[in-house]
Amino acid sequence: MTSHQAWSVEAATVILQAMPAEERLMLPALQRIQAVFGWVPDESVPVIARELNVSRAEVVGVLTYYHDLRQSPPPPVAVQVCVSEACQAVGARPLAASLEAVYGVPLGETRDGVEFAKVYCLGNCALGPAAMVNGRLLGRCDVERVGAAIAQAQSVLA
Amino acid sequence: MTRIYVPRDSAARSVGADEVARAVENECGVRGINVEIVRNGSRGLLWLEPLVEVETSRGRMGYGPVTPGDVPGLIDGGFLEGAHHELALGVVDDIPWLARQQRVSFARVGIIDPLDLDAYRATGGLRGLQRALQESAEEIVGDVLASGLRGRGGAGFPAGIKWRTVLEAESLDKYICCNADEGDSGTFADRMLMEGDPFTLLEGMAIAGVAVGATRGLIYVRSEYPDAIATLRTAVDIARVDGWLGVDVMGTGRTFDIRVVEGAGSYVCGEETAMLESLEGKRGMVRPKPPIPALKGLFGQPTLVHNVLTLSAVPSIIADGPGDYQALGVDRSRGTQVFQLAGNLARGGIVEIAFGVTLRELIEDFGGGTLSGRPLRAVQVGGPLGAYLPAEALDVSMDYEALADSGGLLGHGGVVAFDDSIDMATQARFAMEFCAVESCGKCTPCRIGSTRGIEVIDKITAGVDRELNLVLLEDLCATMTDGSLCAMGGLTPLPVLSALAHFPEDFHRPPEVTP
Repeated sequence: MTSHQAWSVEAATVILQAMPAEERLMLPALQRIQAVFGWVPDESVPVIARELNVSRAEVVGVLTYYHDLRQSPPPPVAVQVCVSEACQAVGARPLAASLEAVYGVPLGETRDGVEFAKVYCLGNCALGPAAMVNGRLLGRCDVERVGAAIAQAQSVLA
Repeated sequence: MTRIYVPRDSAARSVGADEVARAVENECGVRGINVEIVRNGSRGLLWLEPLVEVETSRGRMGYGPVTPGDVPGLIDGGFLEGAHHELALGVVDDIPWLARQQRVSFARVGIIDPLDLDAYRATGGLRGLQRALQESAEEIVGDVLASGLRGRGGAGFPAGIKWRTVLEAESLDKYICCNADEGDSGTFADRMLMEGDPFTLLEGMAIAGVAVGATRGLIYVRSEYPDAIATLRTAVDIARVDGWLGVDVMGTGRTFDIRVVEGAGSYVCGEETAMLESLEGKRGMVRPKPPIPALKGLFGQPTLVHNVLTLSAVPSIIADGPGDYQALGVDRSRGTQVFQLAGNLARGGIVEIAFGVTLRELIEDFGGGTLSGRPLRAVQVGGPLGAYLPAEALDVSMDYEALADSGGLLGHGGVVAFDDSIDMATQARFAMEFCAVESCGKCTPCRIGSTRGIEVIDKITAGVDRELNLVLLEDLCATMTDGSLCAMGGLTPLPVLSALAHFPEDFHRPPEVTP
């Protein structure tokens, strides 16, 4: 994963004020915060509310609505496993079960710095099962292929 | 210098295209052979990816699927001259799978470097926009109407009528919004077009802007498509520099500019009004209709909302006139549909062909049957909200009306095949589960009905008051169908009820053998 900045109200304010006028909206503001800090700390809510002249409740409403927005720091390695129909048709369920068994963690949780999440379609439906490891799309996945990508992502970080 | 094509499409990269491109570069470098490597889009023969092409006097010769380890042997065997090899596919344009297609929207995908504007022009690009700038708004809208083009996102609404509505709406501010939130499992045509030929989409939007009097366009792309987002943003910059996007489109003094907006992982934002809410930076909650977006859309202004494939069909319709497009297809489904063959199929990929092809032709002739080699059991057409059709129902014509008559829907053209290892009660449960996860929560039938649906299906498979709960499930589905605000809750019953209708045995097993 790309490196992120440490949280500060000052940095957040600078980032928000630098946004072009047409993008000064809640979702783009939250996405910008996450891009810079890696996640959306609770402390950013009043800053966004103040900068965009909206209520904190509205910001929290948007923050909690979208699956992509993180309310806790990101793990070093994020694995998304497609669990949708096209991948189910070629073994996404056994793949998910094997990953859970090998890494000892259910989908949706993090262990040893590796987060396993369900995703509903990565648009690689003719080459399933599909997965994404730190933004890198993988096709025709089995446990070994996903494991190799995880190991590679870890070695990049090490 | 020999020109070699290695796709940059993310599906091709997901099975090693980058590594193959590097291997070709390295191997040729070591041997002192001068080659030009072009990173094209994908031809859509996804089971053959990475599919490498070599330009020869006989045409572009294909090889695939290529691994980095194959590269030295390919070069030894003379593939730079198009020589035969066990991975050789011959002239790619002559591969029957491709030769039988009628590519309009995908005409350029896989042929050129997606960001090479000269190549785009050389293959007929920008003729549509040039013509549109010389025509009156009424003429352009008339052409779109005459082409018979209907919305490819799923609803199939006649595009020309929408254009006319936005054109006639009075406002200083109008928008063109492209829906690229392609969330349906089994669909990837929008992604491949945005990655493989982004200028076509931008040109289609610019024509729409000129026609209806909009100066601003937005493309809402799902965050799961980072490569498409990057490609589009670069394409927009290139178009601005070239002068066909921005404040003075092709020197006509007219303004049209495009901004690419990234989604944030919400399926329901593919519903047009939820997408508009999300584009306004809010929670992606569905709006009641009316008012329709064509009159009150983004920020309350008249807004033309179209799917990627609808807008991408526009440049050739305007450049060549509506007649060619209208001549294709059947009944009220005119032109071509970009079908996406996915799931358990031996030959998955993009099949763009006139409406009226049968599902059997897609599954058997193009798809080559199941990948696993086991008998086909079910096909889900039209994404997660589409019906499961049994293997016996493959003779249905693939057009809007025929599919609706057979209890299904065309949706965004996704075709997902399943072999006989699939349990349809599990699939029905998944449909409810997906709805529960992705429901925006605005209307009760969808928000609560989906969770109740999971519980009822669990009771059915567990053998608890089975007959009573089957009645309850049908009742619940009727409530969701009739009472939901949008297609999310309104169509989730379709996969559930079709599974129940065509595969009742899966709901009547002894509980102990239910997977």
